[in-house]
Amino acid sequence: MPDSWIVLSLCSVIFFIGLFGVLVRRNVLILMMCIELMLNAVNLTFVAYARQLGDLSGQMAVFFIITVAAAEAAVGLGLVVALYRTLRTVDTDDIRLLRG
Amino acid sequence: MNALAFFFYLFAALAIGFSLLVVLKKNPVASAFSLVMVFFSFAGIYALMGAHLIAALQILVYAGAIMVLFIFVIMLINADAPSFDLGRTGFLARFVAGLLAFVLFGFFVWAFKNSPQKLLPGRFSPEFIEQAGGNTRILSELMFSEWILPFELTSVLLLGGIVGAVALAKRNKEGQGGTHA
Repeated sequence: MPDSWIVLSLCSVIFFIGLFGVLVRRNVLILMMCIELMLNAVNLTFVAYARQLGDLSGQMAVFFIITVAAAEAAVGLGLVVALYRTLRTVDTDDIRLLRG
Repeated sequence: MNALAFFFYLFAALAIGFSLLVVLKKNPVASAFSLVMVFFSFAGIYALMGAHLIAALQILVYAGAIMVLFIFVIMLINADAPSFDLGRTGFLARFVAGLLAFVLFGFFVWAFKNSPQKLLPGRFSPEFIEQAGGNTRILSELMFSEWILPFELTSVLLLGGIVGAVALAKRNKEGQGGTHA
């Protein structure tokens, strides 16, 4: 198994890919997929540090992050469905109800 | 290079490649299936690092439950409009942004590589985990002793998530889905 810094570098690569997707894409569903990608990168960071430091609290934190991600996906996709029912679009450029 | 390192690099390459596909594919269904492959690669990396319970949960919760939700919503709302937008910036801005991103990534790698490796050694060394009955057993015992309060609060969170999702996705009877709800 490689050293910890290689794993952490992989985590930062995946996190930045997810951040790039959040900034570039305009589809709300793909924005949520990129958020899941970033959450996964953070999970892998927790596991890498748990292994490096010999402390399983990191893996417990991953357990709770997975739970929060599941709740977030359920509520977020409910929001997407409500949004599509209201505006007939999932493009973030077309969501400007508050602009009048 | 031993087998563990080989499989780690294999899964890492798969994870990076498929997460790029998640961002770059125009079709949401293709993005969703690439995301499934990213989740499986991450589960493989967790298993290689000895986090067996996390690997199983990754496949069950992420690749199972969350991705089914995503694909269900994609097919429900049929959003097939291509939505890739790089066109607002000039070439020079894009070049500088990419260069700065690489510099920042270089800083990250440098910081990870030069951080102190020998901090306080925790009590869960691999030998200890092996002797005490494995990763899943220790994690379960921790969950129901030291982490019992966050574990119980998780059930409250999930209840709130269920109520919120139902309340958001419920059809409004009076409005009948008007354009400005």
